[in-house]
Amino acid sequence: MTATAQKMARPTAAPEAALHTEALDVRIEGINLSYGSNHVLKDIDLDIHAGEFFAFLGPSGCGKTTLLRLIAGFNTADTGTVSVGGRDIGRLPPWKRDVGLVFQSYALWPHMNVAQNVAFGLEERGVARAEIRRRVGAALEIVGLSHLADRRPSQLSGGQQQRVALARTVVIEPKVLLLDEPLSNLDAKMRVQVRRELRDLQQRLGLTTIFVTHDQEEANTVCDRIAVMSDGIVQQVGTPMELYERPANLFVANFLGTANVVEGVVCGSGTARVFETTGGWRLPVASGAEVPAGARLVFRPQVARIVEGQAGVPALMGEVVRREFLGSLVRYGVASGGQEITVDEPFRPGQGQHEIGARVAVEVPMSAVLWLA
Amino acid sequence: MSLALSGAARTPARRWRLPGTPGQIALALGIGAFLVAFLIVPVGSVIYVAFTEKGSGTFTLVNFADFFRTDLFLRSFWNSFYVSAATVVLASVFALPLAYITTRFDFRGAVIVQTLGFLPLIMPPFVGAVSMQLLFGRNGTVNLLMMDWFGIRIPFMEGLNGVIFVQAIHYFPFILINLSAALRNIDRAMEEAAQNLGSSGIRLFRRIVLPLAMPGYIAGASLVFVKVFDDLATPLLLNVKDMLAPQAYLRVTSIGIADPMGYVIAVVLIVVSVAAMWISALALKGRDYATTQRGGGGLARRKMRGWESALAYGVVGLILLLVLAPHIGLLLLSFATIWSYSPLPDGFTLAHYGRVFGESSLYIKNTLIYATLAGGIDVVLGVAIAYLVLRTKLVGRQWLDWAAMAALAVPGVVLGIGYLRTFFGVHLPDGTPLATLWIVIVLALAIRRLPYALRACYAALQQISESLEEAAENLGATKARTVRRIVVPLMTGGILAGFVTSFATAAVELSATLMLVQSNADAPLAYGLYVFMQSAAGRGPGAALGVIAVLLVAACTLLSQYILDRNQKNRGAS
Repeated sequence: MTATAQKMARPTAAPEAALHTEALDVRIEGINLSYGSNHVLKDIDLDIHAGEFFAFLGPSGCGKTTLLRLIAGFNTADTGTVSVGGRDIGRLPPWKRDVGLVFQSYALWPHMNVAQNVAFGLEERGVARAEIRRRVGAALEIVGLSHLADRRPSQLSGGQQQRVALARTVVIEPKVLLLDEPLSNLDAKMRVQVRRELRDLQQRLGLTTIFVTHDQEEANTVCDRIAVMSDGIVQQVGTPMELYERPANLFVANFLGTANVVEGVVCGSGTARVFETTGGWRLPVASGAEVPAGARLVFRPQVARIVEGQAGVPALMGEVVRREFLGSLVRYGVASGGQEITVDEPFRPGQGQHEIGARVAVEVPMSAVLWLA
Repeated sequence: MSLALSGAARTPARRWRLPGTPGQIALALGIGAFLVAFLIVPVGSVIYVAFTEKGSGTFTLVNFADFFRTDLFLRSFWNSFYVSAATVVLASVFALPLAYITTRFDFRGAVIVQTLGFLPLIMPPFVGAVSMQLLFGRNGTVNLLMMDWFGIRIPFMEGLNGVIFVQAIHYFPFILINLSAALRNIDRAMEEAAQNLGSSGIRLFRRIVLPLAMPGYIAGASLVFVKVFDDLATPLLLNVKDMLAPQAYLRVTSIGIADPMGYVIAVVLIVVSVAAMWISALALKGRDYATTQRGGGGLARRKMRGWESALAYGVVGLILLLVLAPHIGLLLLSFATIWSYSPLPDGFTLAHYGRVFGESSLYIKNTLIYATLAGGIDVVLGVAIAYLVLRTKLVGRQWLDWAAMAALAVPGVVLGIGYLRTFFGVHLPDGTPLATLWIVIVLALAIRRLPYALRACYAALQQISESLEEAAENLGATKARTVRRIVVPLMTGGILAGFVTSFATAAVELSATLMLVQSNADAPLAYGLYVFMQSAAGRGPGAALGVIAVLLVAACTLLSQYILDRNQKNRGAS
């Protein structure tokens, strides 16, 4: 595996020069899709830039795979259009779309060897024999599998099968590359390596790529931008950091990373606004903060601080009930007003820790909190 | 601690240990003896006689030289070959559209088609032969109507055509079952990947779907080939004698069991069966194409357009009508007063059933006894062999499995001849030869059907986790008691399925029994049917007996399906 990884990283080879891929933008407008009474995709609008590595991220059943298959032509929208490079492809059958899809199961044909699998799409396009040979060779070299061209898919490891599926797709020089949960059938160690290779390959080919996943870490590490989906709705689109820092709603805040959500009501008005938590604690609302109706107080575990004794700033009082050592940081659970607040503190050797049962105050920096409905 | 360990390591290990408990060894030896006595020795004696000189017992190839010098035998060989190959082709013509349409399209009634498609299997093919004569024969319904309307006659049932036609209708379900399963096992992603890369329509079918379904088709087709090559009763009933199995039967019954030609033919039958199976195994090697992944759902089903739908229903309807023709004809015949030179019977009566129940209830009783005993022997042997193979380390346990499965490659005629040869010489104390006892028929049936029961028991045992048994042993149960209280109860479904398969197919078996039935009083239903069907006057009662046989087998098949379903549900629920 390391040998192939080195081969892939070799700067002089540049086999991708043999493939003429171009970066095109993908526009999804007003897509609705229902299966009977089940409304699977609701008014989807997405603008994916040319050459972008874009992710559809969401829990299972959120409609992300349905949307991906719709782009490939395996689902038909009730309303809306999908265009690639300014051309509407919504009416085309799957085999005329030139949209390369790498299947979650890889879907390698067991009755063909690796080279035959990769050559298939070119043969279907009536490409000349010599050209097929040249491009299959280049595609296999790109994924570092030239030495396995004669193998059957069943003789390959999961990671190798995935490379074949990838080579089979990019060899047709697709307009867009679609990846359906490409890492889900690999073991944890391979995942980290393959996702880096995917990013690397995408950069070298410059292909607009859409990546479907339910794993936020995968999406965060490889993608330029992410569309977070839930219940058939695009909840928010943004770069990984934007989504983490400024989630648009509670769903995004909870789905990306860990968030503390404190219930309560805002009392008073103007500069004298106070958030009264259900647990009975009163926290001043920062002036100028926009608090939508029914909003909850949301903050990340690492922005709060645990203080034993009297707190200097507004705080939630409670008792330490949980302590998890995570290496670089220590994660505390503080029971306060009927809920457990999570607080991360950096671990520094020699520094004392808070003990279970200690009465503490959780200082909440009110200028750094989010108000989300 | 380390001291104690090294001390233990130094004590000399026992040089020689029994590979199993004495009970297991006794069981294995018992089964081995049974298989040797009732399968290997009879078949071996057939091969031995074929290769030895009559009288002296020295090795010779003269018998085979005679075989290949005799025009009749050569013609029989090629006829058998031609009929088998043509049957495969015709059966494929029936099976392909049914399998393809019901698995690949949104087709209302796909379940009904699949179910009706199995019906021909539950009727002995020779029974269908008679009603096919009446429907498609020279003066059968179809040709009479064609003469009236168009003035032409189609020789559906003339000579070898009749055998091909009847066999194809009877055996096409083997192809249908295997092909449908193969098509259903193709993950839809396989097709979608091809579409995504630019393939569609016929090319997609030819390059992806067809190659992936090929193993299933080959498995079904080779089975059909072997079954038709070995079948004795259908050609005999259609009065086609120049085929191999009938020749073997006729040599032995008319010239006598001392004539070597019957044995030579038997060896040829075995060789061709084994060769066909071997070739199909070669073709299938390394091609396990079941590609369904988790969440996959077989081939993508497509909606049909109006005219496509009409065409599909038309084709399916026509094929079903054709393959169910024997059943329809048989039913009509069993109620007919006279049916000759007319499209439909002259009148209807229940007299045949009266006669069958009056005179021939003996056949039914015999069949029930024989098939029950054979099925019982099969599941006992099946469970025992499966247990020995899967759960013990006995040396040579695999041989028991192989020997039992070898029965698949032994045509019924060959086993019949082998039994006659071997057991005619064995006399009971009162002087009657062993071969004339009815129990020999039971043993032949049991050996013939053992592979089916064995596979069912094997699969059932494979599904039981060994830790269930270890838990019982851990709590103090001996091996024998564990088998009785844990293994057998958990295998119930598989055992019953195995029993019913053996029972149902033994009930309509004729190839081996035709040779072994010595007196009418010992004859089973299939034999009675055969005798009835020999005369025009017996056709009515024969058909009634046939209907009873079909109902008997159908009831058993339904029962086994029901038991399997319920068993699966219970497993799923727990």
